[in-house]
Amino acid sequence: MEPVRQIRSRSAVLPQSDIDTDQIIPARFLRTTSREGLGKQLFADWRYAADGSPRADFVLNQPQSQGCRILVGGRNFGCGSSREHAPWALLDHGIQAVISTEIADIFRSNSLKNGLVPVVVDEATHAWLIANPGAELTLDVESATLTLPDGRRVGFPIEPFARYCLLNGVDQLGYLLSRDDAITAYERDRAVASSRRTAAR
Amino acid sequence: MAAKTLFQKVWERHEVVPETADTPAVLFIDLHLVHEVTSPQAFSVLRERGLPVRRLDLTLATMDHSTPTRTEQVFGNAPITIESAAKQIRALEQNAAEFGVELLGLRNDQRGIVHIIGPELGATQPGKTIVCGDSHTSTHGAFGALAFGIGTTEVGHVLATQCLLQRKPKTMAINVSGRLRPGVTAKDLVLAIIGKIGVSGGTGYVLEYRGEAIRALNMDERMTICNMSIEAGARAGMVAPDEVTFEYLKGRPRAPQGAAWDAAVAEWRTLPSDAGAVYDHEVSLDASEVEPMITYGTHPGMVVPISGAVPTRAADPVFDKALAYMGFSAGEKIGGHPIDVVFIGSCTNARLTDLRAAASVLRGQKVAPGVQLLVVPGSQQVKKAAEAEGLHRVFLDAGAEWRESGCSMCLGMNGDLVGTGKYSVSTSNRNFEGRQGVGARTLLASPLTAAASAIRGRITDPRDLLPKAS
Repeated sequence: MEPVRQIRSRSAVLPQSDIDTDQIIPARFLRTTSREGLGKQLFADWRYAADGSPRADFVLNQPQSQGCRILVGGRNFGCGSSREHAPWALLDHGIQAVISTEIADIFRSNSLKNGLVPVVVDEATHAWLIANPGAELTLDVESATLTLPDGRRVGFPIEPFARYCLLNGVDQLGYLLSRDDAITAYERDRAVASSRRTAAR
Repeated sequence: MAAKTLFQKVWERHEVVPETADTPAVLFIDLHLVHEVTSPQAFSVLRERGLPVRRLDLTLATMDHSTPTRTEQVFGNAPITIESAAKQIRALEQNAAEFGVELLGLRNDQRGIVHIIGPELGATQPGKTIVCGDSHTSTHGAFGALAFGIGTTEVGHVLATQCLLQRKPKTMAINVSGRLRPGVTAKDLVLAIIGKIGVSGGTGYVLEYRGEAIRALNMDERMTICNMSIEAGARAGMVAPDEVTFEYLKGRPRAPQGAAWDAAVAEWRTLPSDAGAVYDHEVSLDASEVEPMITYGTHPGMVVPISGAVPTRAADPVFDKALAYMGFSAGEKIGGHPIDVVFIGSCTNARLTDLRAAASVLRGQKVAPGVQLLVVPGSQQVKKAAEAEGLHRVFLDAGAEWRESGCSMCLGMNGDLVGTGKYSVSTSNRNFEGRQGVGARTLLASPLTAAASAIRGRITDPRDLLPKAS
């Protein structure tokens, strides 16, 4: 994973609440064995008409959204299926951060593993962001703050290890593999305890 | 010693390295279930890095999402219609062979929906940590396991290390008093719970379902409840193991046998939450007040009693958009609305008792003209057991289709789709836009409600069709 330190971008706004991962990428596009190239299927059923042409009324198709790297969603973003194809599709499209009032647990976990920054803000900030699409925002991972166009800085919660991994591009699998001694010891202790319990019967 | 919850006990027994302020816990995983959709990219990572699967004995693969349900495509020579689905199935076969993972493949008689076969084989057990690249892994919590869905990167972590990096979630008790009334099922209860706490009410929590109503449920019903925990935003739902749990597991092929069984049961009896254990949050409801429930909108929290009406909300464009998608008007009575398709299946409601419930309504009846009823058993074992009881005859005689097992029309990855604009009463778990196919309108309900609605061709309260208690 590449380090993610700061993201500066205009916002694109999708005001729908409870945007689930079936909307982010519909199930029929999960019949793939690769993680590449999913951006073209991002929000496919909202983005394209039945004949495959882009729908002019969908925000990501509009000229002002081109190049936006921060997506503001309505309340509660990313619920539903555990498909990691959702953050893969967002990232492949160029989205590097999503902002909402709440972000579903599995989607948040998947996002952080791939360098997509999930940002939860307070109601008032969220309402302002929804009402002001195209706002120039600066998202700083180190200080865990979002800076609005008027210079106001809003903090957001981020788990310390996840922040460390984002800032340093740390591969969490490498970290887990480095704990091999502890895992082996745990496995050994458990096997011993289990055979003792059975022998005691 | 401080009183502990069921969740805390299972969590603490699996901490390889406890969490600190700076680092999450390293949590050991006892059972890793793998399916064809969320695993190929994880196997690719192992291959790129030259890593083996650490614990083949704790890893079990099957295929369910992209698999065909037509017998001739599963067991005959008919080709799988969707090339990308066939490719995904072949990829899992190749990955399983290359890495040595046990695979219950397409023609295996123990194959089925991953969350149905784990319990059915006795691989799902109290006190285990269970993960799968699938959000409905919460199902296995019905046994007092800590079971949750993970993404594909984490599938790779577990394949390579048998561990996950996890922060300890908060706990929420869902206390359910009373008893469900006749015609009201576990599905109605969990829909009522989601309606009460909302689709994000469980975010950050592990739910523990407790109380008289939960204790009175059989394992199939407890699985239906835990299955939909994720629809309330909770990664996991749990029910404390008891005699009902042990009775279900005893003698199943992968459950402990002999002296090991006795030792396991003794261990499992230590798992239920201690008296006085404290939860971060508690919610209570009375099962006797729950009616048959049905969704009217585009997420499972948009749910009403079947005797009710679509709610009215002023100046709420998001709500209006959901109703426009569904073709409903605010204030419209939901009962009696015409439907096109009925799907009885999925990891929520495709176990033997679900099929028995549906058959109890359909016996001697016919599906309404113009309505398609698709019945898809949750596993090949469920299919076999249902056929041994003659349930398939009830469905076929009523005019239903009876298929091979799989996820099928819950999400339509295998091509079993509800058409655009059509109304589908479905025993599955998600009524999101397009979930059952582009433009499909899904109404989530119990197997009883689904069967009753199939007969009438309209949304129907199953109590109108059930034999009256004498």
